[in-house]
Amino acid sequence: MSLDFKYGFDDFFRDETFVDDFTYRNSPANIRRFPFPFDRDDYMYSVNMEPHVSGRKGSVFEHTFDVDEHYLSEMRDRARVLAQDPLRCQSLPHMTLAGWDLLELIMETKAREYPQWFSLTKDGNRWHWINRPLGIDQKFTFLDESTLPYGPLEYITRQTQGDFTLQDEREGTLWVDAGMVTTQADWSLDFDIGMNFHEWHAPVPLAHEKGIFDRALKFLLKLQHGAPVRRFNWTMTVNPLLDTAPETYPEWGYMRTGLTQENMGRMMHLRVELQTLYRLPRSNAIAFDIRAYLGKFEELVQVPKWGRRLHRVVRDLHPDLATYKGFIRNRDAMAEWLSKYDDGAPTSPGWWPED
Amino acid sequence: MTKTEFPPSIKSRPVYGVLEPRPGAMHLIVADGEGAGAVADLVARDPGLLAKAHILYTAGPNGTDEWERVKALGARQAQKAASLPTLLFRLARVLQDTPMGAQIYLTGSEGLIGQAERDICALGYPRLDIQTEHRGSTVRRVQCVHCKGVTENVKTDPFQCSHCGLHLFVRDHYSRRLAAFQGVNIDAEDKGQIPPAVERFK
Repeated sequence: MSLDFKYGFDDFFRDETFVDDFTYRNSPANIRRFPFPFDRDDYMYSVNMEPHVSGRKGSVFEHTFDVDEHYLSEMRDRARVLAQDPLRCQSLPHMTLAGWDLLELIMETKAREYPQWFSLTKDGNRWHWINRPLGIDQKFTFLDESTLPYGPLEYITRQTQGDFTLQDEREGTLWVDAGMVTTQADWSLDFDIGMNFHEWHAPVPLAHEKGIFDRALKFLLKLQHGAPVRRFNWTMTVNPLLDTAPETYPEWGYMRTGLTQENMGRMMHLRVELQTLYRLPRSNAIAFDIRAYLGKFEELVQVPKWGRRLHRVVRDLHPDLATYKGFIRNRDAMAEWLSKYDDGAPTSPGWWPED
Repeated sequence: MTKTEFPPSIKSRPVYGVLEPRPGAMHLIVADGEGAGAVADLVARDPGLLAKAHILYTAGPNGTDEWERVKALGARQAQKAASLPTLLFRLARVLQDTPMGAQIYLTGSEGLIGQAERDICALGYPRLDIQTEHRGSTVRRVQCVHCKGVTENVKTDPFQCSHCGLHLFVRDHYSRRLAAFQGVNIDAEDKGQIPPAVERFK
């Protein structure tokens, strides 16, 4: 049994790459719905969580799990990464039930929110899942691993955009004990799996001292089933690499040295993570969805407000954060390129393109 | 010689205490190198634990071998292992007979403490109930994040991975599951620009 995709590329789902020739780009409509993460002209850490409820129509907040034009190409890229390094998906033995919880959450939600693409029918524990864009028609028994070609976490996240980690709760903290991580901003699941909340966040500068992680953990431990939350995180990525893993850093690190004012607009990408958190019903684990969106600088500055604001954020960011996010060496050049799109005019509060 | 004082670091980096005698059905003591001194100090505070003590000892990564001192303490059982990996095999067997209510003490280098703790916790023993005290060598056990190979007894930063040959800088980020620090390629962005190796760990 295996999971063979039949990619249904069409007028909506783009056929593009995140390696080698880097044909990834956003359509004009997709630029307008880019989740621009800055609601003001400067940036510092905060526990910026809000309820993950359905938001503005057409935005990435409209659906629980946003399926966009990059869906099929992202799933193809994930399969490529997993073929090279199966350690990108791991689940400690006690996390299988949490994997089923996540599979149920995603299948039920996608079938409800995108009936044109996904369907789930149930006869007791005998389930029938159809994923039309990927050409999957799967009958299986819920909670019986032997009826799926992969464990439940891997099976469903091979069909879902975004990295996922599953956190077990014990000893008053959260433990990252399972995950599917192929679109990460330079952290290693294989190294971090089994760590508690403060341990896996240990390398993050400034935030511990500000009490950010103590407050965030307190907040998350109170997370209730049926009341998911979300926040943004962001960094910068040279070339549209979904997979900026430490494992492969020797293969992509040098790309940071090839930037010029001439190629900055197409090579530098704002990488936004829409992070959503769900309490799971059977395992009491917490699912953490880290959905990465890549926007080229030349795409983002097409929205005048975003061009002005991005310039100000990059120019004024605390150097420790620019270092941690990996772009300190290019920060001045990035600010110089962006300055052409900042006329000094005031910007309106909030992240929407034209409010 | 007393416990090693480390500079402040990030939250994944282990911190160590000072071994103190606690009442227990048995006292399992695992040590290497200068850890012998911590064992002697522990016993001096409560000689009564010797009658229920089992000590596993091996030389430290810097060659320090104080086995004669350990043996002379007079524990009910004490064995010297030929190497750390050999000690871990012996520990696995001893753990099969370790009763509920035993006290566990680990002391010496980080490689010993980390790997013994990893094996003990894998059996379900609560980590917070294991006492640790660092003594002696501060060399590090480092996993190359690229090839996943572990290099033992790393002294310098950067160093060359003993498996894939990449030059790695040594982070303080530490995995208890792997009992290893993380090593990351130092010239991934600027190929060939490798700073001189500095001896940070002795």
